[in-house]
Amino acid sequence: MSSRSNTPAFWFIAPSVIALLAIGLAPILFAVFNSLHEYNLARPAAGKPFVGLENYLTVLTDGTFWSSLGRTVTFLVTAVPIQIAIGLWAALLLHRPGLSFMRSVARVSLVIPLATTYAVVGLIGRLIFNREFGVANDMLGWVGIPVTDWLGDPTMAFVALIIMDVWQWTPFCTLILLAGLSMVPKETEEAARLETPSALRILRHVQMPFLLPGLTAILILRTADVLKEFDKIFTMTRGGPGAATELISVYIQRVGFRVFDLGLASAQAVVLLVFCIVLSRLYIRYVYKEAEL
Amino acid sequence: MSAEAAATRRRIAPVGHFLGLAVVVLTSIFPFYWMVTTSLKTRADAVARDPVWFFSPTLANYREALFDSGVAHALLNSTIVASCTTLLAVVLGTPAAYALARYEFRGKRELWFWYITNRMVSPIVLAVPVFLIANSLDLIDTHLVLILIYLTFTLPIVVWICTDQFRGVPVALDEAARLEGARAWTIFWRINLPLAMPGVVVSAILSFIFAWNDLLYALVLTRTQARTAPLAATSFMSGYELPWGVIMATGTMIVLPMVIFAMLVSGRLVQGLTMGAVK
Repeated sequence: MSSRSNTPAFWFIAPSVIALLAIGLAPILFAVFNSLHEYNLARPAAGKPFVGLENYLTVLTDGTFWSSLGRTVTFLVTAVPIQIAIGLWAALLLHRPGLSFMRSVARVSLVIPLATTYAVVGLIGRLIFNREFGVANDMLGWVGIPVTDWLGDPTMAFVALIIMDVWQWTPFCTLILLAGLSMVPKETEEAARLETPSALRILRHVQMPFLLPGLTAILILRTADVLKEFDKIFTMTRGGPGAATELISVYIQRVGFRVFDLGLASAQAVVLLVFCIVLSRLYIRYVYKEAEL
Repeated sequence: MSAEAAATRRRIAPVGHFLGLAVVVLTSIFPFYWMVTTSLKTRADAVARDPVWFFSPTLANYREALFDSGVAHALLNSTIVASCTTLLAVVLGTPAAYALARYEFRGKRELWFWYITNRMVSPIVLAVPVFLIANSLDLIDTHLVLILIYLTFTLPIVVWICTDQFRGVPVALDEAARLEGARAWTIFWRINLPLAMPGVVVSAILSFIFAWNDLLYALVLTRTQARTAPLAATSFMSGYELPWGVIMATGTMIVLPMVIFAMLVSGRLVQGLTMGAVK
């Protein structure tokens, strides 16, 4: 193999690299350029003067930026553990032998939340959690919980958003963890079952090592996805009430496209980009560790 | 634990297993079910104070959405944009995937890393500068701008799924063809690509789904002419009295084809969502 020429490889790869440079990298460089200028579309007369790091200084001292980042972290540390816990529970159910028809029905049904357009998830959430005719209040009424104004109350709106996120992304955790469970050698698992009836002990000592790579992947990818979270929030709450559900991407969109301060929005985007790059470094390092590349 | 207790436990275990799986199925389906049924309700039933569980279905909402609210046009836009970006991603991505699977060269790891990074980058990072660029090139509200910007995620999907697929094609075939005097492009086009078709199809379907599902870029880059279906669904959200039946009819028309596509590739959905790290 090594004696072969690598020239064809260049021609095979060049078109895709050029395309990604043009659409993925050039705009980012342009954003960096914009972030160094004052650039407000709502004030065209002001022009586009160079202001150095002023926009970054604004980002770092902007309480709203940090509180939206804080909300993003709160969202992450609330939603993801729930998704992992329920996901693991469902994965164990799907892994357990017996009831094979029911198991395949369950496996197929998991695809529905994953394939649902994020914007539509938000719309469904807005319908289900409606104060007046939402089915959530109706069902909670069956067990005696009083009517809640889900989307009108800052805390409850955040909770409702998390519920929709859990609905959509738990199957992702289930499928990844299920893939991990099926990596456990059959003999090892059966031997362990003869040894102890405790499913918890089998999970801890036998299955856990096979679940760890999947768990790492989940943590990193979910973090990246929460940083991206926009569509669902936009359709479900628009970041409100007040700024209660304004996660980082929603805030940047507001600054850029509703306040039209594109210089500041660019600086915020560049800061967010740094987080994204760190995450993908972590992903490469810990999840792709054993890839053939 | 006594023998009896153990026996009881063994007997009731399948019941618990069944109930658990039933909960998984019902919760996965419920919001989708509620969307579909709401789309089939009359205006009054859709917003009845006590949610209506049984009703006689009507297609009036679909008629209104498709023909009076321009959703048909938006669905057409979505189809055009998602198909074109997928086609472009496959054309650009499969040769790159083949090269990554077959050749050793400097910077290969960095290149791979870059493809992954594109998956991690939040779309809002690109949306701000791309809006300005598209604005100055007069590309706002065109199919082209969406087709190109969607490549930032469709191209990496094609590359990482197909690289994996090409690795599965025996190298011996390449060697044999080379001895026969075939050129690199012929070996790729005539031998490897047909054998890697399953992966190509899976990556194409996933690309289509991701492109179809986007809202942010469509919101920023289109207005009326190139408006995609998710944006059309969002456009009903003004005023106090929302036409929930029509909104959910639109939602159903957006989601249903994607659910079917996703089911076709359900075995490899995780591979697509984790960039090939988990199979």
